[in-house]
Amino acid sequence: MSGLVLGLDLAYWQTTLIKVLVAAIMAPTAALILGYVFLLKIMSFMQSRLGPMESGPYGLLQLIGDGVKFIQKEDIFPEKADKWVFATAPIVVLMSTLLIYVFVPVGPDLVGEPVETGIFMTLAVSSISVIGILMAGWASVNKYSLIGALRAAGQLIAYELPMVLAVVGVVIQAGTLNMQGIVAAQANGEIFGWGGIGNPFIITQFVGFLIFLVAVQAELTQTPFDMPVAESEIMGGYQVEYSGFRFLSFFLAEFATAFAFAGIAAVLFLGGWWIPGFDFDSNTLNYLGPIVMFVKIMVVSFLVFWIRFTYPRFREDQLQTFAWKVLIPLALANIAVTGVLKVVF
Amino acid sequence: MAQLPGLIKGLGVTFRTMLEPNVTVQYPHEKESPAPRARGVIALKEENCTVCMLCARECPDWCIYIEGHKYLAPPRREGGKPRQRNALDRFDIDYSLCMYCGICVEVCPFEALFWSPEFEYSEPRIADLLHDKTMLGHWMTTVPDFEQYEAGSEAKVKKVPR
Amino acid sequence: MTAISERRQLAYMAAQAADSRVNVELETGGMTLNMGPQHPATHGTLRIVARLDGEQVLSAEPLMGYMHRGYEKLTEVRTYLQVTALINRIDWLGSFANEVPFILAAEKLMEVEAPPRAQHIRTILFELARIANISLFLGDMALQLGAQTPAFYAFRDREYVLNNIEAATGGRFHSMFDRIGGLKDDLPKGWIEETRRSMVKIREFCVIMEDIILGNEIFEARTRGIGVIPAEVGLSYGLSGANIRASGVDWDLRRDNPVGLAWDKVDWKVWTHPDGDAFARFWVRLQEVRESTFIVDQLLDSLPSGPIMAKVPRIIKVPAGEAWVSTENPLGEMGYYIVSDGDLMPFRTKIRSASFNNVSITPWLLKGVFVPDIITILASLYFILGDIDR
Repeated sequence: MSGLVLGLDLAYWQTTLIKVLVAAIMAPTAALILGYVFLLKIMSFMQSRLGPMESGPYGLLQLIGDGVKFIQKEDIFPEKADKWVFATAPIVVLMSTLLIYVFVPVGPDLVGEPVETGIFMTLAVSSISVIGILMAGWASVNKYSLIGALRAAGQLIAYELPMVLAVVGVVIQAGTLNMQGIVAAQANGEIFGWGGIGNPFIITQFVGFLIFLVAVQAELTQTPFDMPVAESEIMGGYQVEYSGFRFLSFFLAEFATAFAFAGIAAVLFLGGWWIPGFDFDSNTLNYLGPIVMFVKIMVVSFLVFWIRFTYPRFREDQLQTFAWKVLIPLALANIAVTGVLKVVF
Repeated sequence: MAQLPGLIKGLGVTFRTMLEPNVTVQYPHEKESPAPRARGVIALKEENCTVCMLCARECPDWCIYIEGHKYLAPPRREGGKPRQRNALDRFDIDYSLCMYCGICVEVCPFEALFWSPEFEYSEPRIADLLHDKTMLGHWMTTVPDFEQYEAGSEAKVKKVPR
Repeated sequence: MTAISERRQLAYMAAQAADSRVNVELETGGMTLNMGPQHPATHGTLRIVARLDGEQVLSAEPLMGYMHRGYEKLTEVRTYLQVTALINRIDWLGSFANEVPFILAAEKLMEVEAPPRAQHIRTILFELARIANISLFLGDMALQLGAQTPAFYAFRDREYVLNNIEAATGGRFHSMFDRIGGLKDDLPKGWIEETRRSMVKIREFCVIMEDIILGNEIFEARTRGIGVIPAEVGLSYGLSGANIRASGVDWDLRRDNPVGLAWDKVDWKVWTHPDGDAFARFWVRLQEVRESTFIVDQLLDSLPSGPIMAKVPRIIKVPAGEAWVSTENPLGEMGYYIVSDGDLMPFRTKIRSASFNNVSITPWLLKGVFVPDIITILASLYFILGDIDR
């Protein structure tokens, strides 16, 4: 967050501190918000029930109670486990999540670190979680969590490709890798000459949007791609030996990542912090931007969780077939068509 | 992927259910009342009991404990013989054992046991689930009248002795 | 010293004998997967020991008995009324259906026939038990496959049927309503209307299940071609109910042997499917639930008037003899073989439960499938542990 917003002139270390604090606070808060709204309430409404209502008004304090419960648990780990790897695995996963928050912009000047290779950097740091999962599965000294971790790693790596390829279409249309540049391209762009609502890429890149959504679903190991985690026949996959605070880290990381990926989808396809049809100056957008981003993130998350609560899960081989034989050719075709159309129009 | 509608229809179902009012009854604040015939608790009308012990004998779990004694009641008319009667000392039903089958209510020949749909009598201590004579008599106030039958039935509606 | 080592030897041999069926010590490759008695995928305490080679199952064996409650021994020391109370709990989801074959066998021995109104209402309650049982299966199989919401819809819509059963019999799950010679009591006023309303709700539920699960491409990919049971193999293992109808065998005891109940007085259809895979079993059961609602509607329209109980003595002593009656229960074919010696209690009762035979096909069926498919197959066979172990 640049010092320009507050009108103050802060030193480098002060701005860095503010950025670090904001990112560190935003991640668990985002997880809590998503967890409450979608996991507790929307899921319950879709299942014709109410969800938690007793702890706090309408069950608002339920997740905080859960957090306290997790923190006060005993810290146990398997006897033969490699202690250092076991302890660091959740931290690696959490770290990759927090890094995404640094790069996603929520306003014209509100971004942790505006890098030129914005979207590429974001996707790169989000893949670090695969290493964390493999570390968790290996260090658990448990045949079944190893199998779960290997399945998870295979799935995550397989679905990285369609995600990146879907993004390439957007980059071709925007002409830049920079996230702020992509938002600007949507804000200032025109659809066949009409600049009324700019050019949010969801209209022209709807195939890319669908592929991105499916890939995000798989990256978050949500149903229908949750074979590694919801293994009802081989326990809980790589998370089975974790309890207490470490499990809380995995849980937080999952929801915080969902929030972050929804943010990326909002920036790439829905226009980010910019409101279609209105023309505000940069400083107003600095205040309105976070609210707009929040609304768009909620919409995208709703899609992600809606699919999660409705479908049964794929089997491993069907999952991989789907990624390699369906999504990747589709994404490549999308890129080809986008490139051709970009040159023609 | 040719039949996409299947996937979309499923999403439609969950979306519609999300918008419909839900069916949860938030228990301590709102309560539903069960059907009048629901087997909630057994009530005892002490005046009708003749200590024949049929219910205690037929209970599959042996959860009814009955003790009684014989006494001589005064003759009905002047100069008659004193009549031998049974008096009920103890009639306990142990609800921690009871399996709510209703055999005791069914075999009682003197209409002393009745079903009541009352179900909120859980206790923190298991020993308190042994309901004695007084408590079972108290449940009589919750026993509903027998319902009318459907058309075409030849059964007579019995009356609950109050 | 010799005594201890001999005892140790015997214990070791016993352990070897127990394990030898699973061949733990002989094979070097492969991993033994023990889906233990407590497991979210098995409907109760069933233990499946599978030897895996990577993701494929080499051999699997179900080990049952964790829920054995000694029913057949218990019936030797309980009067007929008390046995009726107990056998409700064999298949606890469709409990009225458990009482019917027993009572019919006792009526056969006593040479008593229940009046037509009682037979009619027995059929209605039997079909309600079937609806309650199978609608739970529909939600449960979806849950085993990963979809979390259909299970809640199943519980929600089943409530209407359970409320109807409670209004008539007094108990939502354990009805304890069938008596030798008829039924315990007649239907309360307004029951027919309410049951008709529940049938409408159940039909809507079937449509919801079709939309959200049956038409779902992911579900089809998970269940088509999985766990195919050819008709001859199924019949040789003694499968019954929807399992065998899904393999194309047109066999339904309601139509072929109605034992006095009112199925032959209504117009209904037996559903079969030629494939014999997990999808077929789900499909057949879904159609059966819908068909049951039509049966109940027709029965409610044509309810005869009359007494509810035949003339039977107060203390029931069943004459000596043997009788076997089996009916088409929700899980399959359930039958009771009662041996009586003229006393208050049966001398011996043999309970033929459907799930025992349905589960016995698992070693044959699970050879060579992938590990996630074990869950699909077990879910589609649909057994209830109380029914297997009694």
